[in-house]
Amino acid sequence: MIEVDLDQTDVRTLNERLHRLPKETNERDWRIVNPKGRHAIAVGLDVPIMVTIEGHVGFYCAGMNKSADLVINGHVGPGVAENMMSGSVRVRGNASQSAGASARGGFLVIEGDTSSRCGISLKGADIVVGGSVGHMSAFMAQRGHLVVCGEAGRSLGDSIYEARLFVRGDVESLGADCIEKEMRPEHVELLTSLLDRAGMKAKPKEFKRYGSARKLYNFDVDHAAAY
Amino acid sequence: MCGIVGLYTKNPKMERHLGDYLSSMLIEMTDRGPDSAGIAVYRNPAPKGSVKLTVHNADPNYPWPQLARDLSEELGDKVKIEVRGSHAVLVAHEDYPTIRAWLHHHFPEVNIVSAGGTIEIFKEMGLPIDVVDRFKLRELKGTHALGHTRMATESAVTTEHSHPFSTGLDLCLVHNGSLSNHNRLREYLRKHGIEIRTDNDTEVAAGYLTWRLREGATLEEALEAALKDLDGFYTFAIGTRNGFAVLRDPIACKHAVLAETDDWVAMATEYRSIATLPGAEKATIWEPVPAQIYSWSRAET
Repeated sequence: MIEVDLDQTDVRTLNERLHRLPKETNERDWRIVNPKGRHAIAVGLDVPIMVTIEGHVGFYCAGMNKSADLVINGHVGPGVAENMMSGSVRVRGNASQSAGASARGGFLVIEGDTSSRCGISLKGADIVVGGSVGHMSAFMAQRGHLVVCGEAGRSLGDSIYEARLFVRGDVESLGADCIEKEMRPEHVELLTSLLDRAGMKAKPKEFKRYGSARKLYNFDVDHAAAY
Repeated sequence: MCGIVGLYTKNPKMERHLGDYLSSMLIEMTDRGPDSAGIAVYRNPAPKGSVKLTVHNADPNYPWPQLARDLSEELGDKVKIEVRGSHAVLVAHEDYPTIRAWLHHHFPEVNIVSAGGTIEIFKEMGLPIDVVDRFKLRELKGTHALGHTRMATESAVTTEHSHPFSTGLDLCLVHNGSLSNHNRLREYLRKHGIEIRTDNDTEVAAGYLTWRLREGATLEEALEAALKDLDGFYTFAIGTRNGFAVLRDPIACKHAVLAETDDWVAMATEYRSIATLPGAEKATIWEPVPAQIYSWSRAET
């Protein structure tokens, strides 16, 4: 294991070191200590390494992540895993707003609560939140899944496209063109696998599914196969 | 931009380090506000029947002792004065309106920055680290404090445009964001006798709270009303005699984070300010929900 102390090394030096790793690197296990709310820690990774961050981080942690697996043992500031492409990010604390914004792939788990705009403009990633999400979550979400084991704030899924939302608790209000949908066996199966992968104990049967009414954008059912 | 920090001590042992802790939090917000910085600190309660004023004049050789002598003579009672940078703290055995009228008449070049029983406000142009040094903020002891670093977007950079803004006795406001309906609201408040000295948007929010409180609202009621009447983006922190409150607008684009341990409650625009506090790594941390009033206060002593 390689340990980097951010009281000794600045974030830019750390990130450059991680960016220079070749795909076949043997340096696969990293531990970062003393993050102390610094911004942009471990952004733009594109090799299959494991990074554990011990403490609370600032904005945009693990942004644009590709292939790497990150665990943050603390709170994350705004925009964790924004525009993630693949790999995984697990947050053991709470998250500020815009968690997983516009993420295209990969797996984001927030064990605590997230604030507003979780999964805004989601484009294919899977997000599982152990607690609740704030207002305007999954706004204009296009693809991917957002699973919320707690409650959702107002205007969930406003102007949503084809992302699927699963919420166990109360939804304060649904946004424009977002409706509750039937939970069919294939959805239970999908949700079971997402919850298993996230290590969440919640029962799939307790969730409701939400998605697009397909009235707001010009969706033609004849083109459904294209999605 | 702009940065806000606030620290409220739960453990009395923290009180003697309050200025030191808050200064470190403030300096961490330099990137968010390099134009001016200021703090409000609640400390050294004035004796019953007395009022404490923080006053400002930009002249480094301003004759503060003369002002204190004249005021003592007027009141027939010794006025205490403590000079701190370009500000001075006066404690006088008299009611606030009387002293304010006397100051306006005899020392019109002096600005009143704060008034109350415990509040003191120090604010000035420049980097947070310089403001901390000029006012020797690290040595201040107290129960709770708020700070602000300003990146000006709406109006000029002067001491008068700096935060915190006094909103009445022992009350102050700091703001991250911008208000869009401050022009008409300023006119309205001025018509209702609220003194607003600059074209700054936050001073209007401060004046608005002053007005609501004057009309008999509780702080909570005044903030509830502010949610309806103030249009714009804001994270507010409001200092009160016994604690502080935090309010974000319903859209909540402006960052804010809260943290609590057994020893303290802190709020900041970014967590890295809170990271400077002892025990921060073990704190409970969360983002405040929009349009919800959070407040902490201790029993009246």
